[in-house]
Amino acid sequence: MVEKPAALQMVNIEKYFGLVHALRNINIEVGSNEIVGLIGDNGAGKSTLVKILTGVYPPSSGEFYIAGRRVNPRTYSVKRAHEYGIETVYQDKSLGEKQALWRNFFIGRQITYPFGFINVKKEKEIAQEIMLNTIGFRGRGITVNSKVNKLSGGERQGVAIGRAMHFEAELIVLDEPTVALSLKEVRKVLNFVHKIKEGGKACVYITHDMQDVYEVSDRFIIMDRGEIVASIAKADISLKALDEFLLGYSQGLKDKELA
Amino acid sequence: MKTVRSVFSFLGKIEALPVFAVMLIMYGTFMVFAPDVFMKYRIYMSILQTVTPPLILALGLTFVITAGEIDLSFPAIVALSGFVFAWGYQNLDQELGREWATWASFTLALGAGALAGFINGFLIAKIGVPSIMATLAAQFFWYGVTIVLAGGRSWRLKDIQEDPVWELFVRRIYGIIPQQGRAPIGVPTQALWALGLAIFLWFILNRHKFGEAIMFIGDNPNVAQVMGVNVVATKIRLFTLMGVIAAFAGLILTLQVTVSYPTQGEGMLLLVMAAVFIGGTSIAGGYGAIIGTFFGAFIIISLEPGIVATKVSGYWVQLIEGLVLGASVVLHIIIGEQNIANFSDRIRRWSTPTRLVKTASAQENMRKEQI
Repeated sequence: MVEKPAALQMVNIEKYFGLVHALRNINIEVGSNEIVGLIGDNGAGKSTLVKILTGVYPPSSGEFYIAGRRVNPRTYSVKRAHEYGIETVYQDKSLGEKQALWRNFFIGRQITYPFGFINVKKEKEIAQEIMLNTIGFRGRGITVNSKVNKLSGGERQGVAIGRAMHFEAELIVLDEPTVALSLKEVRKVLNFVHKIKEGGKACVYITHDMQDVYEVSDRFIIMDRGEIVASIAKADISLKALDEFLLGYSQGLKDKELA
Repeated sequence: MKTVRSVFSFLGKIEALPVFAVMLIMYGTFMVFAPDVFMKYRIYMSILQTVTPPLILALGLTFVITAGEIDLSFPAIVALSGFVFAWGYQNLDQELGREWATWASFTLALGAGALAGFINGFLIAKIGVPSIMATLAAQFFWYGVTIVLAGGRSWRLKDIQEDPVWELFVRRIYGIIPQQGRAPIGVPTQALWALGLAIFLWFILNRHKFGEAIMFIGDNPNVAQVMGVNVVATKIRLFTLMGVIAAFAGLILTLQVTVSYPTQGEGMLLLVMAAVFIGGTSIAGGYGAIIGTFFGAFIIISLEPGIVATKVSGYWVQLIEGLVLGASVVLHIIIGEQNIANFSDRIRRWSTPTRLVKTASAQENMRKEQI
């Protein structure tokens, strides 16, 4: 059997913001059909890691590979990440609030005529298609012309997720997708993560909600203060043990500080 | 009720309809109270000429405000470009010959505007200076540069009326409006340029990648960034564009009055901003109304001649301008672009017993709860 290369491999990634050492010696591998839960407290460096992965910031040093291809950090950008098949769903900053939905589906990679003029008709058709078939917004009074600020939190994540699916991402990064969502809406997001797994794609799921991440992930990577402190397969640990591990870990740190 | 509803939602889709209505009401009022002036063509031709420079500036400023930024430096760029043009017109003809000298000066003036705009954009996007401060400094700086270079005096454009550039931009075109037995009516060419520019910029803002990037940046620059918009480059382009547009307005103004003086454009700042806000562009960024700005400029420019013509004392002009600006902004909030369609729901609610009707907003709430 020919193994597909890992969806993502990061080697010795470091990131400084001025004098602040935000990420230290990060080594991560995500299999081609693996759901990895990235867990950590606020300020652990999860978001910085995501931003490096998705091309928003360049790393200070280290290298990474996407689907076996080496990424040049100097030319890496959000656009390049999209070309590599990495799609990101952020907690709250994936959509432009005052903009129509169809614009939100295509911002950054518009379908254009020559000279950069947008093919509105085609974009709206595809947006309609995504909304009906991928997200399932049927008969809810939402059209492609609706503004994002008319949507509920779950609907917004639906749009962002539908967009990621439409662009056939190989690796989907979900950055705290369930914060501030009601239980029903959380359920929807989790169902989507199961779909990613079934579709043979990879996913990095970032959260600090243990229960959600335990349900969907194959493996957990735990971060603290810019470092990876553990990588545990789901088979090796129960939810309770994982919870206790994390609690114990932060407790241990506190003890160290006190000492 | 269904027809009312669809009529309202249709009206809601027409951009800048409230502004257009305000403009019609204004001209209607002037026609009633000053028929000897406003029932004749000449005042409108005069308004078309006066409105062009501020209108062009307002179109550019609409882009800047849509991006959530501000530009205070454009009056100085108006003066700068006028001076560069006049200087070239007087000094380049020996080397280049009359006609080429005019064109070269015209291009130089636009280039000067682009340079000033680019510096603004660089300071704001790359260095991170807030736009209000960067462009305030730029305003003093470029007025200063203009006064120093111009030696503090005005520069005449001698015989510019015989030049093709003058013909192309500010000549009056006769024969468009038929006028029997009386002196022919000349339509100012510059108004056609302004109209063309407005249509072009509408397409750029609403149908082009650049315009979409500007709306997303004005909405939330972080979203634009993570969705692959190059925020820094877009902002630099935006301010460069504003510089070129301001220079173009300055050229039109200079050609119109056939003289460049180093304080040209002073007093335009607030007027142009008022035109943009009357037009319905959101000060918060994310939404820009080019058509609204277009009518807004006509409203703010016509108020003064209108009020004077109605023989109300000229002292009232500012008071009424303030009222119109305030009223338009309130109007945009109450029945603005997005809300005019919802207005039909309100009418429905008023016309039926409350308990029996599920209004759209109630349905909306139910829908949100279900999810």
